[in-house]
Amino acid sequence: MTLKTNLKNILLVIFTTLLLSACSTAKKSADIEGDVYTGKETVEYLAAGVPDRVFFATNKSSLTTASRATLRKQATFLRKNKNLNVVIEGHADERGTREYNLALGERRANAARDYLMTYGISGKRLSVISYGKEKPVNPKSSPISWSQNRRSVTVKVN
Amino acid sequence: MQKPDIAHLKPRFEDWRLIKAQALVTGKLLISGDKLKVEFRLWDLAAAQEMTALAFTTTPSNWRRVAHIISDKIYERLTGEEGYFDTRIIYVAESGPKTQRVKKLAIMDQDGFNTKYLTLGNELVLTPRFNPTNQMVTYMSYFRNMPRVYLLDIETGTQEVVGNFPGMTFAPRFSPDGKKIIMSFAKDGNSDIFTMDLETRLVERITEHSSIDTSPSFSPDGKFIAFNSDRSGLQQIYVMRSDGSNVKRITFGKGIYGTPVWSPRGDLIAFTKMHKGRFYIGVMRTDGTGERLLTENYYQEAPSWSPNGRVLVFYRETKSGTKGEGFSAKLWSIDITGYNERRLSTKTDASDPSWSSLLSK
Repeated sequence: MTLKTNLKNILLVIFTTLLLSACSTAKKSADIEGDVYTGKETVEYLAAGVPDRVFFATNKSSLTTASRATLRKQATFLRKNKNLNVVIEGHADERGTREYNLALGERRANAARDYLMTYGISGKRLSVISYGKEKPVNPKSSPISWSQNRRSVTVKVN
Repeated sequence: MQKPDIAHLKPRFEDWRLIKAQALVTGKLLISGDKLKVEFRLWDLAAAQEMTALAFTTTPSNWRRVAHIISDKIYERLTGEEGYFDTRIIYVAESGPKTQRVKKLAIMDQDGFNTKYLTLGNELVLTPRFNPTNQMVTYMSYFRNMPRVYLLDIETGTQEVVGNFPGMTFAPRFSPDGKKIIMSFAKDGNSDIFTMDLETRLVERITEHSSIDTSPSFSPDGKFIAFNSDRSGLQQIYVMRSDGSNVKRITFGKGIYGTPVWSPRGDLIAFTKMHKGRFYIGVMRTDGTGERLLTENYYQEAPSWSPNGRVLVFYRETKSGTKGEGFSAKLWSIDITGYNERRLSTKTDASDPSWSSLLSK
C-alpha cells in the first residue's frame, strides 16, 4: 500500500462521516414541518398503530392533515372499544404566559375532541383537561422540544 | 465621634454634614423581661431638626416586623410615598424536575424571611393572589384533577371552590373592594371572563367572544378591567368597562402582550411582552401610550405591584440545556424607573408572586 492510497482511504472515511452527519441533521429538522412536530419521539400508542397524540404550531390549535389522520385512527379504535372513556389533555410549550397557555391547552384539547366527535364518538366519552405549560414531555429549551410539548394527548380513563 | 446614645438625643449635625449626609436615623433598643422597646428618630441634617420619631413596645420575636415598620416610616418621610417593607408575598414554591414539578403555595415576608407553606404539594397549584385585606387568597388548583379557582382563608386554612362552573376556571383576582373574584372560565375551547360575588354567589359574564379572554385585572377604582385576548389573532391587551362594555385594544407595539395588571395608583398597567423570542416586563399608561420596557430576559412574566405602585415583582425562568438541565424559576423585583433589579431570596424555586398591601395599615 502506498502513502497515496492510504491518504485516499482517510479522505474517503472523512467524506463518508461528513455525509452521514449531514444526513442525520437533515433527518432531525425534517421532524418539524411548518412549526408542527411530525416525528415519533415521545409518542405512545393507545393500541398498535394508534398514536396517542397530535401536535400543534405555536399559538395555534388547528389540526394538520397528519393530526386528522391520527385522530381518525383514534376514532376507529374508540368505536371498537365501546366501553372505553378517554381524557384529552391539552398542552402548550414554555414560551408563553401561564394563564394564556392554560386557555390555549384547553382550546387544543377541544380541537381534538371536536374532531373525534365528528367521527361519531360521543362527547360523554371524551373529557378534556388543560395543563397549559405545566407538564412538558420534553424538558429541553429548544424548538424541537417545544414542538413536542405543543400537543394534545388522548389518555385512557378506564 | 459622638456616642450613639447621645446622638440619639441630639446628633452633632455639623459632623454629618461634613460627609454630605442628608438624613440620619438613630435608634435605641431595650429588652426588659419579655418586652422589647424600640425607639427611632429620623433627623434632617441640613435643617438640624427631627423629621419623625416613633417608639414601640412589643415582644422580642417581633423585631423584624418592627424594623420593617420603621423602614416604611423612613421611606414615607423621605420620599413622600407610602413604603412597602411591612408586606408579604404569596407565591408558588417549586421543586423537582421540569417534567414532574411539585408546586406548593408559600407565603413569606417581602425580604424572603418567615416562609410558610400553605399547601402540601399533592396537587398542582398556580397563580395565588391576595385580597385587599391580605386574609384571603384566590388561586387555581388541580385538586382531584379538576382545575378550578379556589378561595383560601390564610388564618383558618379553610378553602372552597369559587362558583359551580362545568369546566376549568383560572386566572383569578379580587376586585379592589374584595367582594368579587374575576376569572376566566373555559368551555368547549373558548375562554371568557366572569365575576362571582362572594357574598351573593351571583355569577356574571363579562366577556362573550370566541377568542381566548383571560388574565383580567380591575382598575383600583373598580370601574375598568384590563385583560388579555387573542381576538385580533395574537395575544394583546384590552381595556373595558367593568360591565364588559366599551372594549378597546390598547397594545399596538411590536410583539405580543399578556398579563396586564393595573397599578394600585391607577396610572399604569404592567405587562409581559414577547418579541423575537425574548420576554420583557414593562409598564404603559392605561390607554396604552408611553410604553416603557423595564427588563429583558429569556423568560419572565406575571408582574405584581408593590402596594405603593413603585416596584414590580415577577418570576423569571432560565433556559434548560441540551439534557434538560439548568432549569430554574426565581422571583425578581425591579423599580418602575427600570433601576434596582434584584433577585428575591426564596428557599426553593419560585413563581407567580403576588404582593400584599401594607400589613400595618
